[in-house]
Order: sequence, then C-alpha cells, then structure tokens
Amino acid sequence: MKDSLTALSKDALFSLRDLAPIVVVIAVFQIFVIKQPVDGILSLVFGGLLVVAGLACFIFGLRIALFPIGEGLAHALAKKGSAFWLFTFSFVLGFGTTIAEPSLLAVANEAARVAVDAGVIEDTDEAIAGYALGLRLVVALSVGVALLLGVLRIITNWSLPLMIIAGYVLVIIVTTMAPPEIVGVAYDSGGVTTSTVTVPLVTALGVGLAGSLKGRNPMTDGFGLIAFASLTPILFVLLYGIATQWI
Amino acid sequence: MFIFDTATDVAPIVLFLFAFQLFVIRERIPNLRQILVGFGFVVVGLGLFLVGLEESLFPLGRLMAQQLTDPGFIAQVSGHIDRALVWQDFYWVYLFAAALGFSTTLAEPALMAVAIKANAVSGGAIGVWGLRVAVAIGAGIGVALGCFRIITGLPLQYFIAAGYLMVILQTALAPKMIVPLAYDSGGVTTSTVTVPLIAALGLGLAEAVPGRSPLLDGFGLVAFAALFPIISVLAYGQLAVLREKTSKAGQEKTELREEQDHAF
Repeated sequence: MKDSLTALSKDALFSLRDLAPIVVVIAVFQIFVIKQPVDGILSLVFGGLLVVAGLACFIFGLRIALFPIGEGLAHALAKKGSAFWLFTFSFVLGFGTTIAEPSLLAVANEAARVAVDAGVIEDTDEAIAGYALGLRLVVALSVGVALLLGVLRIITNWSLPLMIIAGYVLVIIVTTMAPPEIVGVAYDSGGVTTSTVTVPLVTALGVGLAGSLKGRNPMTDGFGLIAFASLTPILFVLLYGIATQWI
Repeated sequence: MFIFDTATDVAPIVLFLFAFQLFVIRERIPNLRQILVGFGFVVVGLGLFLVGLEESLFPLGRLMAQQLTDPGFIAQVSGHIDRALVWQDFYWVYLFAAALGFSTTLAEPALMAVAIKANAVSGGAIGVWGLRVAVAIGAGIGVALGCFRIITGLPLQYFIAAGYLMVILQTALAPKMIVPLAYDSGGVTTSTVTVPLIAALGLGLAEAVPGRSPLLDGFGLVAFAALFPIISVLAYGQLAVLREKTSKAGQEKTELREEQDHAF
C-alpha cells in the first residue's frame, strides 16, 4: 500500500515535470511580452492540476496493469512462434491501445468541433460524436495495420528505410487526390498516435520479438515499429477522407 | 458521465488482453486484483485528464494565439504601424512556438530513455545530450515553421513533401545505425501534454489571423513537430561521422609528422 502510494506520487511528479516547461514558457511570455491580465486564471490553474492528477493516475494504472500483462503476452507469443497469433496480437494491440490514447481523443474532438464550425457536419451531439469516433476508429485500424507490417518486417528482415520511403511517396500521391479539408487532420493524426499508451507496449513487442528470433539484434531490429505507427494513420485518414466524399 | 465514456474507451484493450491470456496462452491472469485496480486508475485518470484539458490546455493555447496575434499587441511591440499586417509582424508567435517546441521536447522523459538506449547501442558515438538537443531543435524549428505556414496560409502538403524529400535524401547519406532511431524520434516528441496545447495553438492562430480557416489551415502543427526531428537527428548523425573523419585525418597527419620527426 505504502509502495503504491510512493509510486503514485512519483508519477504525479513526472506529470508535473511534463507540464513544467509549458508553464515556464507561457509565464515568461505573459509577464515579459504580453503584459496583460489573464482572464479566468483560476480555472486555468485548476484545469492544469486536473491534467497532472489525471495523467498521474492514468500512467500509474498503466504501469501496474497494462504494461505487465501486455509485455508478458508479447514475450510469450514471440516465444510460442505461431505466426497467426503473433499477427493477430500485433493488430489487436495497435487497435486497442490507440482507441484509449488520450491525445487522439483530444484531437478527434477538436477536429469534430472545427468540422461543425465549417459546416461539414451538422451541429448535433450525435453527428459530432459520430465524426470523432469515425476518425478514431480509422486511426486505430491504421495503427493495427502498422504493427502487423512492422512485425512482418522484423520476421522477414525487409529494409526499413525502403518501406518507410515507399510509404512517404504513397502519402504524397494520395494527398493530391484527397479533399483539402482532411489533409491537416490526417497529417496531425500521425504524430498523435505515438504517445503514452502505445510506445512502451510496442517497444516491448518489437524488442521481445527481435530477441527471440535467431540472427536479429533486438536493439536495431526492435526499433522502427513506431515509425510505421506514425506513417499509416496519415495514409488511412486521407483514404477515409476520399471515401466519405463519395458516400 | 465522463467515467462511463472513458471506461468504454479502455474496455477493448482490457478485453483483448484478457482473452489472449486465457484462450491463446491458456494461463491464469497473474495478480488479477492488482490489474483490475490498475485499470480502475486508468479509467479515472483518463477522465480527469480530459476534463482538465478542456479547462486549461485548450483555452491556454487559444489565448496565447489570440494575444500574440492581436493587432494592438503587434502595434505596441513594433511601434505604431498603419498598414496591413504581413507575416514578419508575427515574430513573437514564431519565438513562442520555437520556445514551446524546444523546451517541451528537451524535458520529455520518453526521449531521455531513447537517448540513453541509443548511447549504449552506438558504443558512445551518439551522445545522450547531443541527441536530446538535436531532437529538441528539430521540434522547435518544426512548430515555428508550422506557425509561419498557418499565418501565410501556404499549403501544408508542400512543406510536408519537401520535408519527406529531405528525409529520403538524408537517409541515403546518413550512417545506417542512426536511421531507425531518427524515424522513431519523430514520434517521441509529441507527448500527451504537448499535442493538445500545440493543436489548440494552431487552431487559435487560424481563427485569429484574418483570411485563414481553422479547417483548412488550423491543423498541421503536430505533423511539423513530428517530421522535423527526423531531419535534425539524421543531420546529427551525419555531423558525427564528419567530425570523426576530420579528427581521424588530423590524427593521421600528426602521426605521420611524428614518424618523420623520428626519422630525422
């Protein structure tokens, strides 16, 4: 009990440290450059504390629940050697963790709000929730596919730079066909998928897999999964934009 | 209620993991009680985080964008101007964006872990601080350039395509060992706290600058913050190789001179 309390307060400190540079930069600009009173500063501070408390609980929970069971499974499946279950697991891991990713939730809601203001979707709670959920499902699907591809690459030892470059070229080609209002959201969703939840589990999967295959270096072959997970969302959201145009 | 919403967000991954453990690996779930408590924390934490986001980081990003682009503020810092604003007038926005991107990335715990690992793998060739500063410079330039793009309204895809082209060229030239690391470092810069803030900053800029639409111009800052560290880390790798070459050449020269000295 005491141990978990110290662990929880440590996570709170880490979240505070995450927020600290933002607070410092904004404070310096407010005091020395803008020099104007800030409206509603109390609610800003209160919200900031909620962010820190929420992030601390979230990461603490991940550490005692999601990471042990996820890492154990990644190692056990890599050792088991069944390609089918390994692929299924990679896909499901990418999909499931992305649906629960906090920054994706935040950006999807913002994107829905902007779409309402621009008149792309109706201003009803249903339409907003539907748009945000649709975006999240597409991104989650794409991260699932990314991990599947990444694991396939580790097993077959295909060249990472070649695959990534091919992906970039494809993104540029698809961009020219996509409706302009989806392009910004699509590019942003690539950076959104790879934060708190996905990275540690994905790294465990990659390094565990490369470690249990002969002739692979867990350090060099284990990296690169994140790169796939930040590329496929762009492609999938662009395609989603093209597809919804026709419906 | 928000707890119910976040519970449905977390439920899929919990169910998937439990199903795999029970039906594929066919083992009991170890420490079931601890894991259930942990997921409880995940659900509550995610809910609090999202509420706090609406109260603080989103309004803060918008507020900064509004204040820094306010015509009154710009007239005050650069003397009184009676003409229409051009992109150079927004220099405080670029400075703010660069400071934000640089400082949040430098303090990012995930980046520290990656840098320490990379230092070990490369046998000390990649410095811990060198890598962190390289990624942070990339993120700072990325966010600042992203703001410049929003203010000028230039198409996002031109910048992204140019960035990709740069990455492809550098991939061919940079030392092989830095390549996967560089690709992954793009994803590391965009942490859970930074993403909502810079997303709100971009949308706020697009709302505040006349002639820009949030839908067409407001997004893209996160993409810039993820793309430019790849370029700066590849450049860091190229620089390290270059430095090694010149110092080796220098060493050979002095050795040669010493040999000649001995000959005399």
